[in-house]
Amino acid sequence: MTTKLTIGKAINEGLRRAMEDDPKVLVMGEDVGRLGGVFRVTDGLHKDFGADRVIDTPLAESGIIGTAIGLALRGYRPVCEIQFDGFFFPATNQTFTQLAKMHQRSGGRLRLPVVLRIPYGGGIGAVEHHSESPEAYFAHTAGLRVVTVANPEDAYWMVQQAIACDDPVVFFEPKRRYWDKADVDTTRSLTSAAPMGAARIARPGQDVTLVAYGPMVKTALQAAEADTDHSVEVIDLRSLSPIDYDTVCSSVRRTGRLVVAHEAPVSSGLGAEIAARVTEECFYHLEAPVVRVGGFDTPYPPSRLEEHYLPDLDRVLDGVDRTFAF
Amino acid sequence: MADTAKPKGGGTARSTGGRRRSRKDTAPNIADEQPKTLLDYYRQMLLIRRFEERTAQAYTQARIGGYCHLNLGEEATIVGLMTALQERDYLFTNYREHGYAIGKGISPRSVMAELYGRSTGVSKGWGGSMHMFDTQTRMLGGYGIVGGQLPLATGAALAISYRGGDEVVMCQMGDGTTNIGAFHESLNIAALWNLPIVFVVVNNFTGMGTTVEKSSAEPELYKRGSSYRMEGVRVDGQDVLAVRDAATDLVERARAEQKPFLLEAISYRMKGHSVVDPAKYRTAEQAEEAKANDPVLAFERQLEEAGILTEEIKQEIADSVRDEVTDAADFAENSPHPEVSTLFDYTYATPVPNESRRMPADPVFAE
Repeated sequence: MTTKLTIGKAINEGLRRAMEDDPKVLVMGEDVGRLGGVFRVTDGLHKDFGADRVIDTPLAESGIIGTAIGLALRGYRPVCEIQFDGFFFPATNQTFTQLAKMHQRSGGRLRLPVVLRIPYGGGIGAVEHHSESPEAYFAHTAGLRVVTVANPEDAYWMVQQAIACDDPVVFFEPKRRYWDKADVDTTRSLTSAAPMGAARIARPGQDVTLVAYGPMVKTALQAAEADTDHSVEVIDLRSLSPIDYDTVCSSVRRTGRLVVAHEAPVSSGLGAEIAARVTEECFYHLEAPVVRVGGFDTPYPPSRLEEHYLPDLDRVLDGVDRTFAF
Repeated sequence: MADTAKPKGGGTARSTGGRRRSRKDTAPNIADEQPKTLLDYYRQMLLIRRFEERTAQAYTQARIGGYCHLNLGEEATIVGLMTALQERDYLFTNYREHGYAIGKGISPRSVMAELYGRSTGVSKGWGGSMHMFDTQTRMLGGYGIVGGQLPLATGAALAISYRGGDEVVMCQMGDGTTNIGAFHESLNIAALWNLPIVFVVVNNFTGMGTTVEKSSAEPELYKRGSSYRMEGVRVDGQDVLAVRDAATDLVERARAEQKPFLLEAISYRMKGHSVVDPAKYRTAEQAEEAKANDPVLAFERQLEEAGILTEEIKQEIADSVRDEVTDAADFAENSPHPEVSTLFDYTYATPVPNESRRMPADPVFAE
């Protein structure tokens, strides 16, 4: 049986199911309770699970993530909501020096099953602090798993997988796609869903591999559709750390060309990492240099300039064309 | 509901330190004031009110982008605080700042143009609603991240102290800010190093939708300076004269005694957290209470009853405020958007190698 869900609602339903399945799962953050979160992703959970399990915290990101670590050390599975990408930064210390490292630091004795839910990316006319794509900072830090979703199906299952995972998981939610709708089969078991760490071929093709994730998957699929000259294979990366290089490299070995697209600035972004690794592993299969398409190397611009900043259909297609022009 | 109850002692400034200097023991009385001064305060309050109403309208018409937080209900607090500052004093605020920017002396035109994202705005259209900066009027921001301004304001006070200047820094924030680490780090440093800064908490009872009681272990926020032996005062933020007196007292003491203070102003937020927030977490009674505590109407009534605000003067002020707001909106509307080419202009202050100069429409590689 399938249900039509938006990405936002699918995360909400996924949280609900995780809380039903495991009484150790807690939701905490600023205004996640009565208000249901700024994007209403936790809507209704406070009413149904109570204030003990859906906790309205003070405005203190470091305190939220720090206390979540403490809860996790005593066997709970806290899911922290950070309201916006740019609001995360006060909690960098707790995340990078504690959350990411305590499993290793304790010789594997401690487990930190904490999920950080972070709405990220631009495209909703918001501004600095409200539109950023900080995934590379997290992916650069060993000990954190970093994932993002591009459709309601993944939103529903991956949030549950993130909660079930014994590692800390940073769960990036593409905020401009929250309202995208699709059918989700919610009757299956969690174990039957695609693994959280696996990339997905979102659209098969033969001529060029186009890797995207989160909000850019939709743009990549539109680009593939629009490109009548080439058969574009679109890969939805899903897991940003670790990256499923098996799927990416086997695609590149078939197509010989790779374009990576993300909203984050190009310099030292995830595209750079993917390009480097693919060059190492598929050098003799490549027909052209790996091309990166992304945001410009500037702070996030005001809303009127946003459309010029974000990589759109034209810029992705332009990137594809460049790999053939080489 | 406890979270909107008028605090005990609202209307008179209270001090935790016990030491009162020039503060009057009774609430300030308009009979002791110059009518001209009172009318000036009234006009400033009305200007902020009408400016923010126009801002809300422009936002819903999509003339303003991003997020937009209004000062509606905060007019008496703003005018009282800004009156207490000298031109040479510095101001740091949070993201609910339009009225403060105007109160510190930035023209409504520049503020509105900034809201519209136009290149004639006070931050050339790059800052928007939350990030207005103006070194000339010494308004040093506008900060979008809660608590972001506190260490910076403390640093500005350190600069004054280091140089032996006689300016004072005022650092405004909301009630939710008192729970973030930067608040405590900043208050400790300011007290430890005897810095001339007045931290002002505008307590409107709610951090977005969560009440002060539900988020603060010490909900009487003016007491939160006591860990740092910092004197704290609570004032009725609906009363422009009370705010002015309390703030003036602390600003002048910070200047004379070279030490920090904490001022809490109790204020009502008349609308949601931002223009798009319908504030459903508020009960009908709470919304009514906020409306009943409208500081502009209350002051208007007071001045009318005292015979200071006649029908004629009231109309005159209403007309001139309307014209000023209309002029600001027209100026904004007719100003140019920043050129797309300026996207790369301000990332670095100095030339950097390999800097991207490609235009957004340019190909990813040059031919």
